Amino acid sequence: MSEATLSPLSASARAGVLTYLAISALVFVLMMALGLLMRIGQADWLWMPPDIFYQVMTAHGAGMVGISGLAGSAVMWYFLRRYVDLTVGILWTNLALFLLGVVLILGGIFLGGFGGAWTFLFPLPSHGMGAWSNVGAACYLLGLMSIGVGFLLLYLDVARAIIGKYGSLAKGLGWPHLFGRGEGEPPPPTVVASTMVLIINTAGITAGAVVLVLILVNLFVPTFAVDALLTKNLTYFFGHVFINATIYQAVIAVYEILPTYTKRAWPSSRVFLAAWTASTIMVMSVYPHHLLMDFVMPTWALILGQVISYMSGIPILIVTAYNALTNVYRSGMRWDIVSGLLFLSIFGWGVGIIPAIIDAMIAVNNVMHNTMWVPGHVHTYLIVGLVAMLFGFMYHVAGQNGTTKMIDKVAFWVYAAAGMAFSFMFLLSGYVSIPRRFAEHFPEWVEYSATSSIFAVLVVLAAAVFAVRFLTSLKTARMA
Amino acid sequence: MIQESIMLVTVVLMAVVTGVFVFIAVNAGKESVDYGPVQAKAFGIRTALFWVVIVAGVLITVITTLDLPYAATRGDVAEGAVKVQVEGRQWLWNLSQDSVAADETVLFEVTAGDVNHGLGVYGPNMRLLGQTQAMPGYVNSLQLTLREPGTYKLLCLEYCGTAHHAMISNFEVTTHPEHAAAANTQGRDGA
Repeated sequence: MSEATLSPLSASARAGVLTYLAISALVFVLMMALGLLMRIGQADWLWMPPDIFYQVMTAHGAGMVGISGLAGSAVMWYFLRRYVDLTVGILWTNLALFLLGVVLILGGIFLGGFGGAWTFLFPLPSHGMGAWSNVGAACYLLGLMSIGVGFLLLYLDVARAIIGKYGSLAKGLGWPHLFGRGEGEPPPPTVVASTMVLIINTAGITAGAVVLVLILVNLFVPTFAVDALLTKNLTYFFGHVFINATIYQAVIAVYEILPTYTKRAWPSSRVFLAAWTASTIMVMSVYPHHLLMDFVMPTWALILGQVISYMSGIPILIVTAYNALTNVYRSGMRWDIVSGLLFLSIFGWGVGIIPAIIDAMIAVNNVMHNTMWVPGHVHTYLIVGLVAMLFGFMYHVAGQNGTTKMIDKVAFWVYAAAGMAFSFMFLLSGYVSIPRRFAEHFPEWVEYSATSSIFAVLVVLAAAVFAVRFLTSLKTARMA
Repeated sequence: MIQESIMLVTVVLMAVVTGVFVFIAVNAGKESVDYGPVQAKAFGIRTALFWVVIVAGVLITVITTLDLPYAATRGDVAEGAVKVQVEGRQWLWNLSQDSVAADETVLFEVTAGDVNHGLGVYGPNMRLLGQTQAMPGYVNSLQLTLREPGTYKLLCLEYCGTAHHAMISNFEVTTHPEHAAAANTQGRDGA
């Protein structure tokens, strides 16, 4: 039941996955360039009017979250269709709605002037104070809605396919094997991970859609009162789940590709199944750690946010990362750009959650929340973790396994070192209490941004090498 | 300051994780050994590690939740605390008063008149001492004892629009009258 079917990839499906990845490679580099722009603006190397800075910040945030979701879903779809029957038309529909959303978002930001951050906390969208109009804000929000609808269709199709083959989502998570004596082999890691992602993202996107509709109505009917704390809860539930789901999708590449290097199986053990079930629950219940400084929230919810944040590290560090290390240790594996990036990505994920877990302690959050400490841990597990994972997958798809060129080696080491240094500069900035999301910095903070900008340049250059190498290999892409 | 401890713990733990990954990476390409014994040994270590993490987690949770910053919002206010009403608006802080004496406990009752803001209290050395969100329709109470005289700054720590970074107010902490009197007395005695 768990064996891969390995049916040939149709031309349309192949084109679909490659289009997802090609767009992702380009947008990652572009969004990184926007991030660099913000850092050099904060370093006083380039003067940017604040409204432009915040537009760039909004585009960078929304763009990175969105493209991470798109690229992550490509990884999941590519491997999952080996086990279940996915609908190619839905893959393309999601892409079309995504691109429509991108047009609306870019229009809302750069034509409509919207600079409400990717978190668009209510009621900020209706309070542009002349910087943006309600129409600009509405375009941005409708763009997010379009992207959300596309992803929702994709996950519903994944649910249909998994239920169709395995019987239920519980079976997709391997519960009969986790809690009893399930017949035969449990579902493979790819199916387990996909089931988890579809559950959390369906819930997350639905919450996001609710808050988007509430804000859209309020934009044009201000008397339609909405509670600020309720919308904040909905926004962070949606945002936390969606960005986390990107890495839970992308890690499928590690499960599928790394064992081909080590020649060691990576089956769905009982510990593995327990970890993924725990993650399913914890990713959806941990979001109050974004609200630790909202003192009016129930105390139990905030303490739960701290406790679950800590517990979330167990499946990641002690199961996924630990299994990866065990699988690799003394395996005689060959290092190349694919195995290197995938291994790096597990490191980035594992090391990045340490400052994240620490930040989720209430006593720490009291002096670190909304300082640069937050982008510090976010960038560690996104740049060194998620994006490394995705570029590793791209090199794999491009058939670059075992053929690492000198330019790839240089780009790899520059990316790894500069990615860590760039992220660490955020942590260091948080340590000295520099706030995040400030267009202009005090003179004593500027040197942190300047140093960070140098590392950012290196990260962008290395990522550009990865992207160009993938895009120029598209014709020879090897896809099973 | 608490930031020093946070940074130290973070760097140590990140260094440990890095060290483990480097060790495995260095040994990955070496001659292949049978996976069974490797797994058996690794999973034994993992079980021990799991319980260490669980026990540490219980201790950390208990110790770090003994003193939470939420008490004042639940009505547990220090006796004699000086109440300062704070309303955030794009892009200024409306304060009922903008100075207190050193060593006085201050209760910042924080709300917002338009969008979400975040009140961050920075000391004279520009390090963050504490914060709370400022939300329309809600009052969050942040209780702090400001010990060092000087000019503190109130920064907005929740993105609130185009001039978010400029939403800064000064908050003066003056030398406590009793301390000033004691200093004068000491000065006279020493003269």
